[in-house]
Amino acid sequence: MTIASDAMPSSAAARAREATVRRFALTDAIFRGLTRASAILVLVILGGVAISLFAGSWQALSSFGFSFLTTESWNPVTEKFGALAPIYGTLVTAAIAILIAVPIGIGIAVFLTELCPRPLRRPIGIAVELLAGIPSIIYGIWGLFVFAPFLQTTIQPFIINIFHGVPGLSSLFAGPPYGIGLLTSALILAIMVLPFITSITKDVFDTVPAVLKESAYGIGCTTWEVTQRVVIPYTRIGIMGGVMLGLGRALGETMAVTFVIGNAHRISASLFAPGTTISATIANEFTEADGDLYTSSLVSLGLILFVITFLILAAARYMLMRIDARTGA
Amino acid sequence: MMALCVVAAGIGLAWLALILGALVYKGTAGLSLAVFTEMTPPPGEAGGLLNAIAGSLLMTIIAVVVGTPIGVLAGTYMAEYGRFSRITTVVRFINDILLSAPSIIIGLFVYELMVRPMGHFSAIAGAVALAILVIPVVVRTTEDMLNLVPNALREAGAAIGAPRWVVIRSVAYRAALSGIVTGILLAIARISGETAPLLFTALNNQFWSSNINAPMASLPVTIFQFALSPYEEWQQLAWTGALIITLTVLGLSILARSLTGRREDR
Repeated sequence: MTIASDAMPSSAAARAREATVRRFALTDAIFRGLTRASAILVLVILGGVAISLFAGSWQALSSFGFSFLTTESWNPVTEKFGALAPIYGTLVTAAIAILIAVPIGIGIAVFLTELCPRPLRRPIGIAVELLAGIPSIIYGIWGLFVFAPFLQTTIQPFIINIFHGVPGLSSLFAGPPYGIGLLTSALILAIMVLPFITSITKDVFDTVPAVLKESAYGIGCTTWEVTQRVVIPYTRIGIMGGVMLGLGRALGETMAVTFVIGNAHRISASLFAPGTTISATIANEFTEADGDLYTSSLVSLGLILFVITFLILAAARYMLMRIDARTGA
Repeated sequence: MMALCVVAAGIGLAWLALILGALVYKGTAGLSLAVFTEMTPPPGEAGGLLNAIAGSLLMTIIAVVVGTPIGVLAGTYMAEYGRFSRITTVVRFINDILLSAPSIIIGLFVYELMVRPMGHFSAIAGAVALAILVIPVVVRTTEDMLNLVPNALREAGAAIGAPRWVVIRSVAYRAALSGIVTGILLAIARISGETAPLLFTALNNQFWSSNINAPMASLPVTIFQFALSPYEEWQQLAWTGALIITLTVLGLSILARSLTGRREDR
């Protein structure tokens, strides 16, 4: 975009034009640099998170070493810290939540794409997505004051009675019914990740070419057969991506779990027993942690959570990108 | 089998109804003018949530003012200047991870970044933590919305001799405006209920404070503290605060949806 000035008479008009073009080029370069710097800032933030967590956890990791991951005890008085109980609680609650939420989430997506009468499709879709917008502290306060007492007085005694004396299950569902505990947290988490799984599954279901479904219907398949044999196999990677995304949410969810997990640093066989998760431990203890080693141990928990969720979310995004590439979106 | 899918949809809607029902039932019981005009009370006394609401508003405003320009500019680079560059692919991937990263991790990051060097908790640290949550939401929607702007519009702008940044500013931004505003509204909806990143950045404050260099109350942290307390007045205020937050968030989401939703309807 440079003007060959020697070919033109150096009149005032030409000079003015040249100046304008130069000014435009300069402002464009500034704007471009600004946008580029902002884009790179996103990378810097994630890098900064990783570095600061690593630096903050160095003291605990260097004094406990690998045993930090395998020790159950968490004792601020003797300054002996181990992450096993929070890691166990995090994994167990997230796994149960996913086990419950995936069938229901896929069911709702099938309902919305294949069964729902057209006028109802949008309102119900919006209602399910609104569940995703409700802040986690609302789930927490609801879980503590409404859901946990309900579980404690009705569901839990019932389950304890049923499985009483059944080997294996009796220790998995052993009393007393506190209301709060691992299972309650898992149920709340299931409700929270449900909308994420539903909306992503619904989106990938919409990418199935109509021709595929129509040909299956054409040879006489029922709606269920089309869903089971055509839609779900075609979208398997996308569904997996949605499930992983939900898992990432469930692992890192803080406030709702903090309300109902009971915050007990031990590993119990019973799902009704109080436990703790990584995020709940940090939320509950960070501001009260006295001593550098205590704080550093809590930051180490954060680092572990960061690494786990980063890997899971990266895998989820990778799977969803493959679906996008296939549909050319 | 298909009947089970109907049952699943029923379960999903029933949860929403149950939660909102309990919230409205318990929240409206304590709703009065005093909630908006009085400070958070000491245990056992009546009071309101004024300082918490004001603190939340102030930190949200700072977070949006700081986070939105960065997010919009980054999204602009990804959709306009660097649409096919490698940086864009990497930034998009990392941004999507930041979008769903646990917010308590962001809280820890800002603690290490600001609270520890400054030596005390502060509202500005809380606002920075919220800004970091705003950025990925705005980046994502800005990029998506700018990608929807037809290239013919940009070419028409370039054809009359406008430089690229003028085309972006007066053509692309204008065409994508409602989408970008939707992104900002969704970002506000997201941060107005966030508790975890504020717990050890802004901390909490029993009293009125407009000093952004000192701990400041916020609605979510106040709800957390009051709900777990044994005092009935505090628990009631927690429910009322929860109702206020939920109505705000739902209102913002519905507003955001109505801005862009009309096009999809047809």
